[in-house]
Amino acid sequence: MTKLIEMKNISKFFGGIQALTNVSIDLEPGEVVGLLGHNGAGKSTLIKILSGAYTADGGDILVEGKKVNIRSPRDAKAHGIETIYQQLALAENLAAPANIFLGRELMTPFGTVDDDRMEAEARKVLDRLDLKIKSLRDDVRNLSGGQRQAIAIGRAIYFNARILIMDEPTAALGPQETHKVGELVKGLKREGIGIFLISHDIHDVFDLCDRITVLHNGKLVGTAKTEDVTKDEVLSMIILGQQPTTMKA
Amino acid sequence: MAMAQKNLDTTGREANQGFMGFLRTLEIDVRLLGMVVALLAVWIIFHILTDQKFLTPRNLWNLAVQTSVVGIMATGMVFIIVMRHIDLSVGSMLGFSAMLMAIMQNRVFPIEAPWSWILTLLIGLAAGAVIGAFQGYWIAYQGIPAFIVTLAGLLIFRGGAWLLTTGQTIAPLNNTFKLMGGGLEGSIGAFWSWIVGMIAIAAIIFAAVRARVKRNQLGFPVKPLWAEALVTGLSILFVLVFVMVMNAYTRPRTDPPIAQGIPIPVLILIGVTLVMAGVARLTKFGRYIYAMGGNPEAAKLGGIDTKRMTLYVFMLMGVLSALAGAVASARLNSGVNSTGTLSELYVIAAAVIGGTSLAGGYGTVAGAILGAIFMQSLQSGMVLLNLNSSLIQVIIGFILIIAVWIDVIYRRRTGLGEG
Repeated sequence: MTKLIEMKNISKFFGGIQALTNVSIDLEPGEVVGLLGHNGAGKSTLIKILSGAYTADGGDILVEGKKVNIRSPRDAKAHGIETIYQQLALAENLAAPANIFLGRELMTPFGTVDDDRMEAEARKVLDRLDLKIKSLRDDVRNLSGGQRQAIAIGRAIYFNARILIMDEPTAALGPQETHKVGELVKGLKREGIGIFLISHDIHDVFDLCDRITVLHNGKLVGTAKTEDVTKDEVLSMIILGQQPTTMKA
Repeated sequence: MAMAQKNLDTTGREANQGFMGFLRTLEIDVRLLGMVVALLAVWIIFHILTDQKFLTPRNLWNLAVQTSVVGIMATGMVFIIVMRHIDLSVGSMLGFSAMLMAIMQNRVFPIEAPWSWILTLLIGLAAGAVIGAFQGYWIAYQGIPAFIVTLAGLLIFRGGAWLLTTGQTIAPLNNTFKLMGGGLEGSIGAFWSWIVGMIAIAAIIFAAVRARVKRNQLGFPVKPLWAEALVTGLSILFVLVFVMVMNAYTRPRTDPPIAQGIPIPVLILIGVTLVMAGVARLTKFGRYIYAMGGNPEAAKLGGIDTKRMTLYVFMLMGVLSALAGAVASARLNSGVNSTGTLSELYVIAAAVIGGTSLAGGYGTVAGAILGAIFMQSLQSGMVLLNLNSSLIQVIIGFILIIAVWIDVIYRRRTGLGEG
């Protein structure tokens, strides 16, 4: 089976600092891979390269076995890679539909933005996520953290993402909303979408992920199937940056 | 006791909700409505203080003409400020392009050639675009703060305007070009004013019906018919009153009296306002400006080329400043290198009084126009009162602070964030 995504030997420098050194990860359809590591381990840098926010200084990205060039968020989206950022990347002064379609507005035949149609489509996709927002015309500023999260997810799935990157999707949420996001992830998985999940919460990761990849100081520590490792082993990988001796490489 | 207190509170709030609810049903921007009310209050106060000299066709006609230069630029300043930038150079860009256009028509082209005015205007607008792009380049691609680049631009292009003719004034201008300034012959007369008014009324009705039909088709809630009729009716009434007032001012020393009608610079302002408001609300370009103001990072991640957007918005500001330069010099019938001095401050003040947030993300073209009319009303009202010009400056300065203060309080109460 061809891998949905392969990132091979990715390196990235910021000035004189090497943020990533020869990191390789991969993802299969319908799979959830957890990316773990300390702050500054390179998780965010790695996914920003995949989502086109940064460009790699070395290494290759393959989408379904084919080498691709990702130089901008637009390129990434063209390959079906959608990202949900930790800071959600919503413009708070705009309404939910304007945010969902930001950069990919629906247009009328006259070449103007079609706010009515975007509102109707936004309503559909948010219904699919079972999200109740009274007025889609209010600024996002007035919505709750969970509602914003749903809008960010709605933005990704509306455009038929095949590869979804979720950066700390539950960091700002209460327990109920966290549970909701977990359900969403399982639903997306069933649709064959591959997901990279970045999280600090190791319980989340064990609940949702098929495999776990650990980074430390910009280097790959290792990748393991969730069922083959214990939480303690993964924690020690994160902290020490070494594979535990009990685990097979 | 506690009970009574609570009841009082609820009723108080309900009364408030009742009126606000009424406004919400009408889908009227409460802020803009507040500005209109404030403007009318100022007009009435001046009318009383000046022995009924303020609300006369003649004064309102002049007020409209005087507003156009600042108004044209204020529409562009809204985009700049919404995008979290500032442009201090608009007055100098105005002066420089006005000087350039004066040279073109007076010295380069034969002065009364029929094509001279349009070619001159196009050269002026192109110069504005180039200047704007130059500044935009330093801001967008070299990361120099807009405050610095345009502060430098203020010096460069004001000095440049002087250097073009080593300070000489150039007069007269082409007769057709001159019409852009208003003046005695620069308005379109009663007949064409009514034509413009009728087109506007037809457009208002068409837009209202079309929006309603479309929302019905999509199954969205529509406002009650009476509310629709009231808003549309008020808009039509406004157009009728505007045309009647412009027509009521007759050309001095004509017998039988010739109605002036809508001045050409005001037509230009109306055209610019419609285009800019349309750009803001209906185009991707406008949508991206607001997105960048709300969250630049989100805009970038949405695949928007924020650098190019910045460049374009400063270019647009340059073009609008040049257009304002054409109107200003046409009014003077000459190219003077000091034209537009300090107008950057009036333009920024108009945008800010009109509700544009200096923190970015919020602001409307319509608000900025109201802001420009407000500033100009204060100015000309106090001139009618024979106040000394230094005193006028002092008062306008204080009013700027108070206007923004009221806005800050309003935003805090309505949770719109900091102004």
